[in-house]
Amino acid sequence: MIYTYALVAIAACVAIERFHNRRAKTAIVLLLAAFLAIAPRFYGNDAVFSVLADAAVYVMLALGLNIVVGFAGLLDLGYAAFFAIGAYTYGMLASPQFGLHLPFWVLLFLAAALAALFGALLGAPTLRLHGDYLAIVTLGFGEIVPQIFQNLTKYTGGPNGIAALDVPTFFGHSFGASVMPYYYIALVGIAAALWISRNLRESRLGRAWMAIREDELAARHAGIDVLRSKLAAFAIGASFSGIGGVLFAAKLALVSPDLFGFQVSVLIVSMLVLGGMGNIVGVVVGSLLLTIVNSALLPQINSLVDATFHTTIDLSNLHFLIYGAILVGIMLFRPEGLLPNRERRAELHHAGEAAGDA
Amino acid sequence: MHEFLAQLANGVELGAIYALIALGYTLVYGILELINFAHGDVYTFGSFVALGILVGLRAAGALHGAGLILGIAAALIAAILASALLNAGIERLAYRRLRKAPRLAPLITAIGVSFMLENLIELWQGSAPVPFPNVIPNPQLQIGALEVGVQQIVVVALAIVTMIALHFFVQRSKLGKAMRAVAQDRDAASLVGINVDRTIAMTFLIAGALAGVAGFVGGVSFGSAWFLNGFGAGLRAFTAAVLGGIGNIAGAMLGGFLIGMLESFSTWLIGGQWSNVAVFSVLILVLVFRPSGLLGETLPEKV
Repeated sequence: MIYTYALVAIAACVAIERFHNRRAKTAIVLLLAAFLAIAPRFYGNDAVFSVLADAAVYVMLALGLNIVVGFAGLLDLGYAAFFAIGAYTYGMLASPQFGLHLPFWVLLFLAAALAALFGALLGAPTLRLHGDYLAIVTLGFGEIVPQIFQNLTKYTGGPNGIAALDVPTFFGHSFGASVMPYYYIALVGIAAALWISRNLRESRLGRAWMAIREDELAARHAGIDVLRSKLAAFAIGASFSGIGGVLFAAKLALVSPDLFGFQVSVLIVSMLVLGGMGNIVGVVVGSLLLTIVNSALLPQINSLVDATFHTTIDLSNLHFLIYGAILVGIMLFRPEGLLPNRERRAELHHAGEAAGDA
Repeated sequence: MHEFLAQLANGVELGAIYALIALGYTLVYGILELINFAHGDVYTFGSFVALGILVGLRAAGALHGAGLILGIAAALIAAILASALLNAGIERLAYRRLRKAPRLAPLITAIGVSFMLENLIELWQGSAPVPFPNVIPNPQLQIGALEVGVQQIVVVALAIVTMIALHFFVQRSKLGKAMRAVAQDRDAASLVGINVDRTIAMTFLIAGALAGVAGFVGGVSFGSAWFLNGFGAGLRAFTAAVLGGIGNIAGAMLGGFLIGMLESFSTWLIGGQWSNVAVFSVLILVLVFRPSGLLGETLPEKV
């Protein structure tokens, strides 16, 4: 069942990528949206939509990181930190922790704003750094943030985190135990993220990002305010992650520091690399594929193997191997990803003489 | 005072291990401008190889008298060879094809290799820390107010001997000169007849060998090996390399000892749960305010 939804979504993405007719693209997008909105009434169960809602959160995160890494070319290895900030915003302000019970809908925006603020705070001093140095600084930030949440036990519940978070309500109707509200909110979130991503890409700012990505020095001399553009990328990218964090925390009704480690940051980078950095549709496909492999395919193969050979192998041990193999394999054999964006592809295949510089 | 000296000794011991790992980062960065993210896992691998040899020899009852010395030597050499070959193999299979790729591609590949190695080591050795055989006798010596273990002395001595050997190798030997030449200008080096591919491969071999030494002394010093050890130790060592000035060999040693001290004293003064925060804050501050590190030179931006 879950594969039906995932395959329909992926097929639609591929079709959008292949068609050049604007009207055809719009039609496919509308059909897909209608399908994802209506089909759950007839087909599927809570377990399926729980996985799909999680997948949708990851798609949002990947779209946010895509702005930073794909559009602006800044490798952020600590993106999970903003996810953590979003999740803890909900965890601390909508739980018995401080007796504060702010509404979910307010916190969605507050978390986006807070994550953007921290994105800018981290970015302001560090964005002067180039390439891999920036990557390492963001990695350091990504290690520090969950550690701080873990250590400030008085405010954050320490290593155990905060449990029994509020169940969100919608005009007085509690979400209850159903996962459907999260699924629909995440769908709307993705739609918004896609719309924002596309408009940003075509905007003045988006062109500035691409110019910086291709050649920072040239961009600066063409009059682009490099630092401001990068800051904007960091802040906007982080805000997507903040919203994703609130959704994630509310659905799980729990936050704890070990949910936001380095492996989460690398997972999201893997989604981008797999789908094609910089290409919005590719990123969606990459994140869908990886989430489905993680939360549906692996467990199923696992139980199949166990049932056939009467073993108790735990294939969830293989996650790191899979992310790693994706990163290495794609970089070596298809650096533009599965669904490349045209300029990016050209860039990667004519980069010979630019090697070593930057 | 007593506690202070103990922490100092502790910091020097940690620092020696970080310095050995940091040298591997710095050698590779110097020559390829690549953060070899998998280097920490090469260190873990060396640790487990040494552990395996020692456990095997102990089970065979060979670790007595002269056999103990030989056994320790065998474990050390095996760790060096295994790590060196692993590191060179990674370069050959994963990085060489990407020499001309955009800058971030090799870094992403290196992260991928790191994840794969961590997972493979976990599948091989399990997800819990494995106790490292306690082969080096550890009586405590009293030197003035300072109390140190024999083990600490062995660890630091081994690290320092290795670093001195590396220094002479890089400064005096033909290969060392070739390495420096390739680091300075790859094209010019190839024009004067240096085999660039071979030199880079040798650099990875040497960096891996240093990680192997670190793996052995790290195992002895921490008393265990764990599949994720390389992640934390690798990041600390990388911080050390950056702090000293990446690409600079003396800088990596200095940085290693400084980070070792920082970790030891921050654990003592503010608690071990903050040591990550302390180390990474230093990393961020150094990169922001002095990206060339303590001993590095400031290079103009290449166009």
